[in-house]
Amino acid sequence: MNILDVKNLSVKFDTPDGVVNAVNDVSFSLAEGKTLAIVGESGSGKSQSAFSILGLLPKNGHAAGSVKYMGQEILNLPEAEMNRYRANEIAMIFQDPMTSLNPYMRISKQLSEVLIHHKGLSKAEALKESIKMLDAVQIPDAASRVHMYPHEFSGGMRQRVMIAMSLLCRPKLLIADEPTTALDVTVQAEIMDLLIDLQEDFGMAIILITHDMGIVAGSCEETLVMFGGNVMEYRPTLDLFDNPQHPYTKGLLEAVPRLDQDVQTLSTVSYDFLEGGKS
Amino acid sequence: MLNYTFRRVLVAIPTLLILIVITFLLMHSAPGGPFTSERPLPPQVLANIEAKYGLDDPLFVQLWNYLKGIVLHFDFGPSFVKKSQTVNDIIAQGFPITLTYGGLSFIFATLIGGALGVVAAIRKNTFIDYFAVGISIGAQVLPNFVMAPLLVWLFTLTLGWLPGGGWNDGALPNLVMPVIALATSYMASIARITRSSMLEVLNSNYIRTARAKGLPERTVILRHALKPSLVPLISYLGVAFVGMVTGSVIIDVYFSTGGLGQSFVNSALSRDYSVMMGVTILLGSLTVLFALLADLLYAWVDPKIRY
Repeated sequence: MNILDVKNLSVKFDTPDGVVNAVNDVSFSLAEGKTLAIVGESGSGKSQSAFSILGLLPKNGHAAGSVKYMGQEILNLPEAEMNRYRANEIAMIFQDPMTSLNPYMRISKQLSEVLIHHKGLSKAEALKESIKMLDAVQIPDAASRVHMYPHEFSGGMRQRVMIAMSLLCRPKLLIADEPTTALDVTVQAEIMDLLIDLQEDFGMAIILITHDMGIVAGSCEETLVMFGGNVMEYRPTLDLFDNPQHPYTKGLLEAVPRLDQDVQTLSTVSYDFLEGGKS
Repeated sequence: MLNYTFRRVLVAIPTLLILIVITFLLMHSAPGGPFTSERPLPPQVLANIEAKYGLDDPLFVQLWNYLKGIVLHFDFGPSFVKKSQTVNDIIAQGFPITLTYGGLSFIFATLIGGALGVVAAIRKNTFIDYFAVGISIGAQVLPNFVMAPLLVWLFTLTLGWLPGGGWNDGALPNLVMPVIALATSYMASIARITRSSMLEVLNSNYIRTARAKGLPERTVILRHALKPSLVPLISYLGVAFVGMVTGSVIIDVYFSTGGLGQSFVNSALSRDYSVMMGVTILLGSLTVLFALLADLLYAWVDPKIRY
């Protein structure tokens, strides 16, 4: 059974200048324990698709279509019902670890409140679980660092805390919205390795939103390429890399700089395909 | 933290000294003196009185004696105009009154203003928001010298519910109008500051994270959004508190409350140097004190600020 079935998802925003279509007719599905990559440039609608799944769109955003989690329709659920899925079944980590943790609360409180709320644990039990999870994301000396504030952690450490927080309730699906974009390159690799390791340990499915083709190639079974709110291509990753069909995908892949080739000019993505009258 | 507090108190001393010197010089450079009246006294009599109060000494000698009195005896001198009272008496009489209605105004303005701001932000662009913003704009454009007569007209002259003035040892009916009149414009500012900072916080990434955790909206707001959104309010509250507890001349005049505000203006008009100086020093010390308290409060609220 698929853990997630997304059909004809579209997202619109009401703006003072009229309605903006951020996502058009996106469909995909994801089996338990598998990884799907959503790639595309900034503004292609990949993050908004993810937000709409968890009902986290801004107030002026509206989602339509269908999102089924384990066969249950969850798109546009009322807030109270949605809250039962959030963190508990579907968790999310965000792009910018520097601003995604509450700067006014200790890490211990931010982690344990999830367990207290969803699992009804006592404060002490929740703290113990939180420390265990911080250990699992390899934060050194977790038992004492859990009482610190976010600003006392580096960017990479904060993203580890975010990951730990998202996994507390053992969700079956993790949506990672550009989890490494805001980090420097060496830390990026560590965080990706960590995510892959944790996926093996916890067995959750991952939707990985990224624009880093290197990450996609290494860790995702399937890839969905988005541009301008539309799906350009949706295929198994290996297939896509070997034999990209859409001109945009080809451009995207060619734009990845390679160490083993000596080139004077780096390739950029060409938008020529737009002129042919895109549907 | 202790070290920082100590340093700030040390800095306050020269600040207050400069304040005293400037006020002193400004007061004495204004034409006329405490004993000038419409019917001029004979020059010999005037000279005698001025000699008695030391007003014929060179300015810096007067200043020196004045400072000595404060530092050695905490004596702010006699009032030049109300002959039987010292400045300490006048402050001791007026300050508890202003402190009472000012303190109550502060609590009133902070609670109502804060609540209005929070509710307006949570229900942004709904009827409740417009209502709260409307109230705060209305309160903002009604300064206390307009509010006071309006309140008297409504509650005293029309409805006859409240006494039009007097202090009556701070009895509740006497307190209501001074407190409302003084608090409204502060309340409006507090509501606007709270609303805008709450809106900013609600749009922040960590609030999105809190929502993604599946916490009920109530918890998201009370536990995650409230504290950060109150931070920008702290520095304003320090200033507002001093403004309120040092009283307002308009409140004192309209409601005959007998607070410090009236003494302050009377002393300036009658060149009652010592009372003017005493009230100024009180005001200055309170300002310095509450600026310090606001900074300490920042450190307590915001874990990133450590002194």
